[in-house]
Amino acid sequence: MWMLGPIGFTTPWLLLGLLALPLLYVILRAVPPAPVRRRFPGVALLLGLHDRDAEAARTPWWLLALRMLALAAAIIGFSGPVLNPVTVGATGSGPLLIVTDGSWASARDWSRRIDRIGRALDEAAAAGRPVAMISLADPPPEAPPFGAATALRETLPGLKPAPWEPGADIDPALILPEGSYETLWLSDGLERDARPDFLSALEEHGTVNVWQSAAPIWALGAARIEDGVVNVPVFSAVALASTVEVIAMGLDPAGIERELARTEVAMDARTQAIASFDLPPELRNRVTRFEVAGLRSAGAVSLTDDAVKRRKVALISAGVSREGLELLDPSHFLREALDPTADLIEGTLEDVLLANPDVVILADVAEVPPAGALQDWVEDGGLLLRFAGPRLAMTDTDLDPLLPVKLRAGGRSIGGTMSWGEPRQLAAFPAGSPFEGLEVSPDVTVSAQVMAEPSPELAERTIAQLADGTPLVTRARFGDGTVVLVHVTANAEWSTLPLSILFPKMLERLAVSTRPTRPDVAELEGTTWVPQRVIDGFGRLTTAEAAAGVAGEDLAMGHPSADLPPGVYADDDRSVALNALAADRVLAPAQWPNWISVEGVEQPQQTPLKGALLALSLLALMVDIVASLALSGRLRGPRAASAMMVALAMIAMPQLSKAQEAMAQDRAIAAAGNVVLAHILTGDPQVDQIAQAGLTGLTNTLTRRTTVEPSPPLAIDLERDDLALFTLIYWPVTANQSAPSPAAYAKLNRYLRGGGMILFDTRDADVANFGGATPAGQRLQALAAPLDIPPLAPISNDHVLTRTFYLLQSFPGRYDQPIWVEAPLPDAEQAEGMPFRNLNDGVTPVVIGGNDWAGAWAVDNNGIAMFPVGRGLSGERQREMALRFGVNLVMHVLTGNYKSDQVHVPALLERLGQ
Amino acid sequence: MTVIAKASPQIRALRRAADTEAAALPPLLLAAEKLARTVQMGVHGKRSSGVGEEFWQYRPVHAGDEARFIDWRRSGRSDQQFVREREWQLAQTVHLWVDDAASMTYTGEQGGKRARPTKSERARLLALALAVLSVRGGERVGLTGQLAAPRPGKGQILMLAQLLSAAGSVDEYGVPETSAVRAQSKVVMISDFFGDLDRLQESLRRLAQRGVTGVMLQVLDPLEEDFPFDGRTVFESMAGSLQFETRSAGDLRDQYRARLAERRERLLRMAQAAHWQFSTHHTGSSAQAALLWLHQALRSQVAGRGR
Repeated sequence: MWMLGPIGFTTPWLLLGLLALPLLYVILRAVPPAPVRRRFPGVALLLGLHDRDAEAARTPWWLLALRMLALAAAIIGFSGPVLNPVTVGATGSGPLLIVTDGSWASARDWSRRIDRIGRALDEAAAAGRPVAMISLADPPPEAPPFGAATALRETLPGLKPAPWEPGADIDPALILPEGSYETLWLSDGLERDARPDFLSALEEHGTVNVWQSAAPIWALGAARIEDGVVNVPVFSAVALASTVEVIAMGLDPAGIERELARTEVAMDARTQAIASFDLPPELRNRVTRFEVAGLRSAGAVSLTDDAVKRRKVALISAGVSREGLELLDPSHFLREALDPTADLIEGTLEDVLLANPDVVILADVAEVPPAGALQDWVEDGGLLLRFAGPRLAMTDTDLDPLLPVKLRAGGRSIGGTMSWGEPRQLAAFPAGSPFEGLEVSPDVTVSAQVMAEPSPELAERTIAQLADGTPLVTRARFGDGTVVLVHVTANAEWSTLPLSILFPKMLERLAVSTRPTRPDVAELEGTTWVPQRVIDGFGRLTTAEAAAGVAGEDLAMGHPSADLPPGVYADDDRSVALNALAADRVLAPAQWPNWISVEGVEQPQQTPLKGALLALSLLALMVDIVASLALSGRLRGPRAASAMMVALAMIAMPQLSKAQEAMAQDRAIAAAGNVVLAHILTGDPQVDQIAQAGLTGLTNTLTRRTTVEPSPPLAIDLERDDLALFTLIYWPVTANQSAPSPAAYAKLNRYLRGGGMILFDTRDADVANFGGATPAGQRLQALAAPLDIPPLAPISNDHVLTRTFYLLQSFPGRYDQPIWVEAPLPDAEQAEGMPFRNLNDGVTPVVIGGNDWAGAWAVDNNGIAMFPVGRGLSGERQREMALRFGVNLVMHVLTGNYKSDQVHVPALLERLGQ
Repeated sequence: MTVIAKASPQIRALRRAADTEAAALPPLLLAAEKLARTVQMGVHGKRSSGVGEEFWQYRPVHAGDEARFIDWRRSGRSDQQFVREREWQLAQTVHLWVDDAASMTYTGEQGGKRARPTKSERARLLALALAVLSVRGGERVGLTGQLAAPRPGKGQILMLAQLLSAAGSVDEYGVPETSAVRAQSKVVMISDFFGDLDRLQESLRRLAQRGVTGVMLQVLDPLEEDFPFDGRTVFESMAGSLQFETRSAGDLRDQYRARLAERRERLLRMAQAAHWQFSTHHTGSSAQAALLWLHQALRSQVAGRGR
């Protein structure tokens, strides 16, 4: 490569062509543009006139300069100029070893690293050097052999950064090849203890070049709750006086992941800072991860686990507390144990259930309403924790449904059958119990308890027992939820359990409270954790499928590796997050000895200029065409007009796109200004055209026969249109229709909840036979699955749809099969002497059928039906019925349950002739 | 049927030839009559007794009136004798000269939506329309040349239409032919007047000596007026005998326009000196305005001479 200042040329000999330019100057100057021959009677008046400008005899100088510029640009362009060509590394010979750190810290500029490796491989391939590659984050089991660079080049796109850092236990002797070679080390820029050793091991084999990016490295530590505020530590390798934006990501109420909160942290030339999020508990529990805005790296992601999720615990105790005797209050110890780690709600049962708590604790409450809100709440998945006490012991609990075991009935009293001579101790927790692994303290004694009635399932439901085998804690599933009963009081009256350290730990195991800090090794010893979701090197979350469980003590160490990928791990109800940034890791910039050459830090990007120069040449030639035409007088009349059009079109391009956006607004105004029927675009042009024609036919019929005069129907673009503006949406289902996006489904659900109606039409006359049998039916099931649709039933004879405008008995389109609408309430009953039941109050949100209504309604531009229905007169009758169904449907959407009002019954009865 | 079928070959050939001839006539004639219909023609009686067909007045017999002039029917109703006088109706003689040189076959917009007729087409249309108007006014119309002497009546119109539909000459620029112009008549000249002005002046002078007056209408294409050309151009005359090359046509625009204005000025002066009228018409504008001007100009001269 031949260098000229910062520009290098790949084929410099082509530049000799520039010598030909003066020759071109002479040639072009001698040849003026060809004249136009023009017949013109006025030539008589021209005879004897002289051209004013003698220079015009030759090509004007500026046109000459333009042409020479075009040619020069082409010559220089083809000679392959490159700005700031990279020449480092091209000098070496012999084998080349490429070492990459491959950690999360290199994910941010991964593409530049791949470029650099690709360049090194290209140069090695050109020089015929054998190459081997080692990733330290994913070390090979043995030394890789040197091979052809082109073979490695093909594996390059598959190279991905690992979400962990290289381990400290890499043995250089094991993975480094024998012999002497040159090394190119792509460092991620972080200092590690093992680095100097590895470097010296490499230097024994030959020279080492280091490539290192100058991009700052940010990382997030594990999020913790302190004083009700979520704190996320932000680390930086280099002390910088910049600000970092940290985002909290999580699911919104619709289940779509979005940004929940955002905060800015000023680093102020420190390497560590704290990003604080003051979030309401509702929002805080939704956060699944924190990340640095705009940074794609596993280190910049901090996953949340139980430590950030604080449960809402409702605490209800019997009666008012006795004043001044706080320590005797049944809820005092619970409050003390839970306050640091959970959000406590206190109040009456009815009030706290409205707050939708995760856990309800009843401390010695005996009177539980038999069928009520609490029972529903437990059945829906709530956790009810009950403590025994004098009141519970005194009550006949046969009628209490919310107890895991039957309690021994009868007039038991403290000091009677329930007292022992000596307090009992706890037995070791049985296997399978949630408390398994907790150490039983000998200090805990129980002096009184409520007794369970012996029953077959008692043993199975007991999760903690006393030394004599009587149950201390029992648990039972109840619907989707759980009821747990602790057979002693929540205060220290019956036992010393609430005074023990065991008490909060047991609460934590029951997932009532959450751990304030990461569980230590001892705590997790012996447990097995299964990864739920893992992050890759770029910080993307993926579900971990069929991943092996990991041992609790490994997890507790907090050092992610290939065997222990960072992610969220779960064991039963608990979850622990393992972040890519190892615990207690301090980031520091990598330090290299000064004899090592470090490139990449201020290396300017190499830019090939060939394309730009050729484009310039082409542009100059274009200008030359226009200029030549103008010069020879050919750029007149229509030609000039079309040339101007092209130029204007180029300038007006951005305005055109604006015009398209404005179109959407026009559509919105058209849809909002009047009742508009609409149909979903299926992607099948014929079906879409029929749907449009069908709705046009229905619109015409409505306009002729009713006071509803809709505007011409519209086709809906689910992704862009605001559905709230539409009244009725017709959705023809085709077998190979693509499903809408999640955002579009959210819109559809909002539309259905807001009183809209969708008419699904499989157009195959088969869905009434319980669907699924035809391709369209199966597609309908798949399409409608994410929709918020109530239970459906075949339409009944007294549905309001039979009488909103016309009195109808069937709802045919081109076919005549039953249709499905929202099922009536089960308790709807027919009143005495009334022909109709008092049915559901609302409008059915969906009507499903396969009768191909659009086909029956469809008319062409002349208002003539497009498709035949049935045969002869009876077919025309069926088409009429189809139109009547359409009218009834629109009336039903617009007037709701108006016609199901019993006020209309006399008039309807008269018309029915009853 | 049978009669036609049995008609002799000669008659059929004649009829075919007549059809062919007639086919050329109607477009020009129809267009001319259509155009002429837009101008209301009034009879220009002289408002005094004279030679004419319309009754003017009765007057008592003066001494010197011949006895054969006495209207006996009127005189029989009284004791006096009356002479019946007729209004003096003047039948004018109008000679038309339409330039048929090659330069007149030019049009700036050939074909397309905004096509313009050639100057020649426009000139012939105007001439024939004027002829139609004049014949309707009872005047005698003819050409300046020997081919069609002025005659009244519709037959003359057909004759003129045929002559005007004929192909033009191959001369570059036209010179008016005045050999057959009668004294005291009118002459209408329609041309682009790009030819030799000295010969035109000579013609005018000779005509003026014979008491002939008239109008000159210059028909130009808008492009000839504007000269909107640019760049290196070779201009050729319509017959190809003249050539002019320029490297920058745009630079000549002002000079060309100045020469055109100068020529028009000279034409105007020549016309005024001979008591003629002169105007310019562009093929881009409507023919009706030009016809109206021609008609008015001619009528004012007729009326003026009548006094």
